[in-house]
Amino acid sequence: MKKSIKKFISIIAATVAVSTLVVGCSGTSSATRGAKGDVTLTYAIWDKNQEPGMRAMADAFEKKNSGIKIDIQSTDWGAYWTKLEAAASGGSLPDVFWMHATQARKYDTNGVLMDLTDKIKGSSLVSLDKFPKDLVELYENDGKNYAIPKDFDTIGLWYNKKLFDEAGVAYPNENWTWDDLASAAKKLTNPDKGVYGFGAPMDMQQGFDNFIFQNGGKVLSDDKTKSGLDTPATKEALQWYIDLSVKEKVSPNQKMFAENSYTALFESGKTAMGLFGSWMLSEFGANEYVAKNCDVTVLPKGKERATIYNGLGNAVAANTPHKEEAWKFVEFLGSEEANEIQAESGVAIPAYQSTADAWTKTQTKFNSKVYVDMLSYAKIYPHSKETAKWQDAENQALLKAFTGEVSVSDACDEAAKKVNEILATEK
Amino acid sequence: MISKNENSVEISMEKNIKVKKKISKSMLNEWKWGYIMILPTFIGLMALNIIPAIQTLILSFEKAGSFGKSTWVGLDNYKKLFQDPAIIQATYNTFKYTILSVPCIVVLSLIVAVLLNQKIKGTSVYRTIFFLPMVAAPAAIAMIWKWLFNSEYGLINYFLAMIGIAGPNWLSDPNVALISVVIVGVWSAVGYNMVLFLAGLQEIPKDYYEAANIDGATPLRQFFSITIPLVSPTMFFVVVTNFIGSFQVFDTIFMLTDPNNPAFKNTQSLVYLFYRSSFVLNDRGYGSAIVMFLLAIIMVITAIQLKCQKKWVNY
Repeated sequence: MKKSIKKFISIIAATVAVSTLVVGCSGTSSATRGAKGDVTLTYAIWDKNQEPGMRAMADAFEKKNSGIKIDIQSTDWGAYWTKLEAAASGGSLPDVFWMHATQARKYDTNGVLMDLTDKIKGSSLVSLDKFPKDLVELYENDGKNYAIPKDFDTIGLWYNKKLFDEAGVAYPNENWTWDDLASAAKKLTNPDKGVYGFGAPMDMQQGFDNFIFQNGGKVLSDDKTKSGLDTPATKEALQWYIDLSVKEKVSPNQKMFAENSYTALFESGKTAMGLFGSWMLSEFGANEYVAKNCDVTVLPKGKERATIYNGLGNAVAANTPHKEEAWKFVEFLGSEEANEIQAESGVAIPAYQSTADAWTKTQTKFNSKVYVDMLSYAKIYPHSKETAKWQDAENQALLKAFTGEVSVSDACDEAAKKVNEILATEK
Repeated sequence: MISKNENSVEISMEKNIKVKKKISKSMLNEWKWGYIMILPTFIGLMALNIIPAIQTLILSFEKAGSFGKSTWVGLDNYKKLFQDPAIIQATYNTFKYTILSVPCIVVLSLIVAVLLNQKIKGTSVYRTIFFLPMVAAPAAIAMIWKWLFNSEYGLINYFLAMIGIAGPNWLSDPNVALISVVIVGVWSAVGYNMVLFLAGLQEIPKDYYEAANIDGATPLRQFFSITIPLVSPTMFFVVVTNFIGSFQVFDTIFMLTDPNNPAFKNTQSLVYLFYRSSFVLNDRGYGSAIVMFLLAIIMVITAIQLKCQKKWVNY
């Protein structure tokens, strides 16, 4: 009797163990055939806000291509890249997925992405001439295309009308210069209420990189072998930007940004102005306070006009078992029709020429048109193969200037030195 | 004590002899089932602990490229490790965290356990309250603390301002930030360790206290002469596990600070540095070398503790 109980328990235990193993293995295949012999493609994205728009495009595709089903998998930004890298190492990538400028070089040089060059050339739906040239080049390496641009984003100047009215300052307009921004920020700053005129955090894309380009400076040299941080124009821009918080105190300092997010400060009326990317539109639109009191305009002008722009791309896994189907889907995503659907969903500015107007029409809450207008003078997001690495080094060096520990010039020199070391390893 | 030990040795010897004599079919069968019973745990340990540990060791001698392609570089990662100022700072931070948090955790949880071991009304309610931090998700805890610590809108500085003290920037002042992390770490660890101590306390026979009472010993004297020596095995376990846990501190720091925080340099622990090297900067080889370094530290310290236990632990 005793023995049989023992046996029984151990059999249960063994069964559980074995079945866990089996279950563990079965989760790995990325594309499975459906019941009717349909092909199901997985499409991995990182922005939950965009899922309805992506679904609408996928539905239109499914209607045209019976037998292919699209399964959209949305993961948040941080986990997305961890997951994607693990999947790439293990050879079980999603069939189609979003690509970003900071990561693209790493993926295409390692043969993870399917070479789309010939397929695009032979396609009647997609023509790369229809996309901004820089965006196409983001996903180009050695003359080969690895992704088709999906959308683009630029950076705009947001302002809080309520705080402007209270301080009696005129709203920002397209003629504003750096001096206008600084003097308005001074007037808007009210230490008693804890209100700051401008938010100048240590942020590249939604911060100082815009001003570096406006001052004629560079973040990376054109051939991406040297950092531009130690050049006089860049130093001058950073000096001006960092002075806003350290010297003029018209912006919260870096300590405050560490405790309260840059976005939260603006959304709660603690900063009267701030730089935000077009991807913030859906969040701001959903925020009652911002929707009621705030609006957006073009960035102020330095020596020249500039804003940082960047865009996502749709890429195909090199080792997908459904090469033809996956290409068909990406081809459709790059077509005018799909971009129009994306435009109407209003979630992201489509990259396809002239479909951006349809997107503008969906934007009723804010003056979002400026994001599209700025494209004509936008500078592409600084990137190279090891973008994440040198961005981290640059941040760590510049942090000392943002806290006032060292001079801006010294911090820039140190940052340039470290970035150069990393760029040298890219060869 | 000594004679007792000898006895037990004899007994086990006898057992061994008996076992050798009787390796029967039923015994073999029992062994077989014994191994089958431990198989799930064995597989789990192999797959989740032992094999990854060996792979990490190998990886620490490699330069890891993207997507699992790596090249052998020998001791390069370790050479870099001992010249990296970030490692020195992180090691210092980790030690500082451990030295600040472990004594607080041990003392506080022992005091709480002793107090809750009394016959007072509502003990179980208090026990639940103290244990709650253990049940709550660490990420949620950290978010609440982040809000409490906020220098301008946080509750702590609000109360401090009411009594006329200007509170510090708890999370962004380089001199204070690590202490804030320690506070959260201690607060979340006390409940669990209290339960361990409670179990230890309840093992102590009541007779000792009765005898001490008759002899006229004060409660304080009873605590130091009876409770502490008899709870020392539990305390040893608590000290060792908390040392190891403190050396591996990551989640609270990860949630409370970020690389753009001015105090980041002063709070970054070794595990955080490993995380950043491996998963943010994608330098898996170097990250593995960092954890191997941490493993060495933990092993040395645990070995010292095991050696020293004879001096103060009563079994």
